[in-house]
Amino acid sequence: MTDLLGLAYWAETSIKLGVALIVIPTAALMLGYLFLLKMMAFMQSRLGPQDVGPYGTLQLIADAVKFLQKEDIHPAAADRRVFRAAPVVVLASSFLLFVVLPTGPDAVVENLDTGIFYAMAVSSLSVLGVLMAGWASANKYALLGGLRAAGQLIAYELPLILAVMGVVIQADSLNLQEIVRAQAEGEIFGFGLIGNPFILTQFIGFLIFMISAQAELTQTPFDMPVAETELVGGFHVEYTGFRFLLFFMAEVATAFAFSALATVMFLGGWWIPGFDFNAPALNVLGPVVMLVKILVVAFIIFWIRFTYPRLREDQLQKFAWKVLIPLSLANIVVTGIFKVVL
Amino acid sequence: MPQLPGLLKGLGVTARTAMRTLFPKRGMRTLIPAPQQGSVTVQYPHEKEAPPDRARGVIALHEENCTACMLCSRSCPDWCIYIEGHKVKAPPRRAGGAVRTVNVVDRFDIDYALCMYCGICVEVCPFDALFWTPEYEYSEPHIADLLHDRIRLSEWMETVPEFLDYEPGSEQKVRKVPEFGTDDFAPARKLESDGARGLASGAGS
Repeated sequence: MTDLLGLAYWAETSIKLGVALIVIPTAALMLGYLFLLKMMAFMQSRLGPQDVGPYGTLQLIADAVKFLQKEDIHPAAADRRVFRAAPVVVLASSFLLFVVLPTGPDAVVENLDTGIFYAMAVSSLSVLGVLMAGWASANKYALLGGLRAAGQLIAYELPLILAVMGVVIQADSLNLQEIVRAQAEGEIFGFGLIGNPFILTQFIGFLIFMISAQAELTQTPFDMPVAETELVGGFHVEYTGFRFLLFFMAEVATAFAFSALATVMFLGGWWIPGFDFNAPALNVLGPVVMLVKILVVAFIIFWIRFTYPRLREDQLQKFAWKVLIPLSLANIVVTGIFKVVL
Repeated sequence: MPQLPGLLKGLGVTARTAMRTLFPKRGMRTLIPAPQQGSVTVQYPHEKEAPPDRARGVIALHEENCTACMLCSRSCPDWCIYIEGHKVKAPPRRAGGAVRTVNVVDRFDIDYALCMYCGICVEVCPFDALFWTPEYEYSEPHIADLLHDRIRLSEWMETVPEFLDYEPGSEQKVRKVPEFGTDDFAPARKLESDGARGLASGAGS
């Protein structure tokens, strides 16, 4: 981006900051309205919000205003400093995820060489915040929720990373831009018009990634840390007002970021068939294409969320260690063999 | 045909429900989204739901029938009925008869902030003074306003539906719903005009 516009470092940084401050809440609002409110309502034969704005579009903004007005309550026995820091840690984790997401040949905040590695590392930070929240609330339900989140991490983190490994091996790079390029310049049996989206060659990897992401995002088949019906909200039981809002925003924004990661790694990212990889037009069109693909992936995530009942923590562990990890290891071996042989 | 795995079937169910809600129209107009018709919910403040027959909305008091016998108050699990009354002399029923003593209600309050709508008071009333009505719109900004006094409770009498026949096989106990503008409402007026009663009330008028 610096090369493209020739801006000073401070100007570039402030533009990036401004974009991030606009993009992340907008992303959270969009997913929240489209899927959390409207799609869920339709799947339950309801209408969803109707009264705030046209078709209830401003409902979430009204909710945010309501949250901001609420009293900021700390439980008497809470560890106040940690209690206050926890939502910020969780939100920071999802903010940091947005740093590496590429949306065009130059439209990326930081094109890190180890982009996917960084994304995986940063995304697990949120569990730290969840654990802090659970511990500092001085509430047994919150603590159980936090412990479950930590326990869940052991189950999903390994298959998540192993699923990414397959993509990394095939693309020969940890850089997200290079992964997009590998898909754009790839060929399916000599047919290169649509490139080679890795969902075709890494379909098992894609499945494992989506399942693990579902657990990472604590969406419903794996929402044991939140579990409204048994832990009445888990780690965020004691949070009110804007601190709860931060948790909510982080949850939806992380869902957006993970949909974007899946898009970049498996669905060809921002590249449009027929365009040159470095075409400047893609800086404008790329984000649009990305958004459409992200919405499709997020639709699947929320569709699964609204369909399935909750598993138990031990069922997730069993599933992850007996099915997902062996499967993803086999996927890596097969990918490696093909990489060496072909 | 091999059976679909339950996981996929479940996804199909939710997707189909969503489609049916969003696109309920058939034929050419299938692609016009019309969730207003597809949804099964009632948009309450905008449209009203017709409550079922025998809905337990609010309890109405037919004050003229009440003898302040306290049965309802004592049978109430929540102790939410408050009754006070006094005795008055009433003219004999027939010419030459003895002067009767009648109970008159001074206070009959039901606190709907406490009431749990069990209906025991209606069941237990031996004089047909309490009736269920299906009205449900009486929420208040202040909790104290949920205490309905005898005037308010009598006003609900207008909304008591006609007596519905019991379902076959149930206990046959027919209750008489008093009608407005008939003799059913006369006795209290008479007492008032006799001056037996200190305060005039707009009850039931």
